[in-house]
Amino acid sequence: MEVEHAIEAEGLVKTYPKDVTALDGLSFAVSPGSVFALLGPDGAGKSTAVKILTTLTTSDAGRATVAGVDVLTRPDSVRRTIGVVAQGSGVDIQATGRENLRLQGQIHGIRGRAIEARAAELLERFGLAEAADRVARGYSGGMQRRLDIAMALVHDPAVLFLDEPTTGLDPEVRAAMWSEIGGLARERGKTVLLTTHYLEEADQLAERVAIVDRGTVVAEGTPEELKRELRGDAIHVDLAGDHNGAVSRALAGLALIRDVAVDGRVLRARADDGARAVPLVLQALESHGVSVASVRVARPSLDDVYLKYTGRTFDAAEAEQAEAPR
Amino acid sequence: MTLIRHTLYMTLRHLRELWRQPWFVAVTLVQPVIWLLLFGALFKRVIEIPGFHSHSYIAFLAPGVVVMTAMFNAAWSGMALIDDLNRGVTARFLVSPVRREALIAGRILKEGVVVVIQSLIIVALALIDGASFPGGVGGVAVLFAVSALLGSTFGALSNGFALIMRQEEALIGATQFILLPLTFLSTTFLAANIMPRWIAHVADFNPVNWAVVAGRTATSANPDWGLAASRAAFLAALLALCLAFATNAFRSYQRSV
Repeated sequence: MEVEHAIEAEGLVKTYPKDVTALDGLSFAVSPGSVFALLGPDGAGKSTAVKILTTLTTSDAGRATVAGVDVLTRPDSVRRTIGVVAQGSGVDIQATGRENLRLQGQIHGIRGRAIEARAAELLERFGLAEAADRVARGYSGGMQRRLDIAMALVHDPAVLFLDEPTTGLDPEVRAAMWSEIGGLARERGKTVLLTTHYLEEADQLAERVAIVDRGTVVAEGTPEELKRELRGDAIHVDLAGDHNGAVSRALAGLALIRDVAVDGRVLRARADDGARAVPLVLQALESHGVSVASVRVARPSLDDVYLKYTGRTFDAAEAEQAEAPR
Repeated sequence: MTLIRHTLYMTLRHLRELWRQPWFVAVTLVQPVIWLLLFGALFKRVIEIPGFHSHSYIAFLAPGVVVMTAMFNAAWSGMALIDDLNRGVTARFLVSPVRREALIAGRILKEGVVVVIQSLIIVALALIDGASFPGGVGGVAVLFAVSALLGSTFGALSNGFALIMRQEEALIGATQFILLPLTFLSTTFLAANIMPRWIAHVADFNPVNWAVVAGRTATSANPDWGLAASRAAFLAALLALCLAFATNAFRSYQRSV
């Protein structure tokens, strides 16, 4: 099916009892065959958006389509098109890996020899062949996660939803999962919507990222575009000693840098071309008698982007959410 | 066709789950035996009360225990659903094309299989104990059918409440609250004509009693088929209501997630 957008959300609003606003006019669009990430801290509304798009729940206002089909008016037809890996797991731990896959295939209308072959293929691909006939209760977190993804793929869906696919996994398991998800995206024509609260995960996996804060999209673009909006590199200087205002005087006349901030013995500034600015900065500091311990130049991170659009660092937003009543 | 197929998949899933818990199977099979023998011994002499027209208490009690077993099993059916809700299994099914009715029916049918086996054990044991069922195989089949109707009704209710309450403690409380009063406000243990009149009156409106009355007359020497048919019809109507309630309860759950 040729549609302009594989996923489209327009002004989604969802309020839970006790006036908890989960979504407050969330809009975004995903083009077919791409990987799109909703990035935000816990409680930003990412999971709620996925639940609405996958027909698990309904929005109070707004409109959404998946593969061109309205999720509100034709949920059954959407359900045939999508694969879903929910936050947490949906594995039946009393059944074996193979039984889980078989049932998931059967309810998608794959039967007989076809489902046996498909289950075997997926078990092999996700490294579960040896554990295939063991009850999933004994699987590790990473194995259950891989089984979740295998189940979501059993009917070869056009659109795949991954809600926080690596949360709670060990770092090395997470890295393996990233290469697995990257592989999925390269499969012909599959659209992947991923939610995450890991900045590096969005940066690494997604072609486009929407930053979600308090139920709305505050910024959207490719990771590069978002970072480029911050114009330039971050310069980070550790000072060796006390400076007593000498730093400000030293840098006052330098046109190449801006956003200068001094915090104790740490100096932060931005420059369009960090590599060119650093020697001049060091020279200026030296001529005012400020000695430098180390200096770093970095491309802006998504964390900087987040800070720019929400006025909070990502960590601060996460901490705020942890304190808020859920 | 899809509904039947999906129901079959779900029933097999639950039966497999049960099969993997041999201790639970053992307890399930022993429980009705204990009820029949314990209550049979405890109330053995009530048949001596004038007006209690029965030659053997076990023969009188057996249909009641069959009905009670069906109800007590099915009424806990929602507990496993709460487990599925907590583990995200239900959410996974709800975003797939599986029919909602199958998610309820699969659980009820699994309880049905268990109850039929338990009921066969109860009837066999009663026969060994010297009871007879003059109604014959046909009568016993009717007894099983009305028990199935009652069990399915409680199964549907339990699953519906599980979706609304979503909390094991709450469901346990509600179930405990309902089961014993309904059992004792029926003719399971005593004939209507020796009960306090108000209880006999309440029993007329008690679905548990509908099943007991229908099952008991069907297995007796002179079945009152009109009575059995009317009670079976009441049960069928109530079951239809409860199934509709349970299927609609998915909406309540989906609004809350």
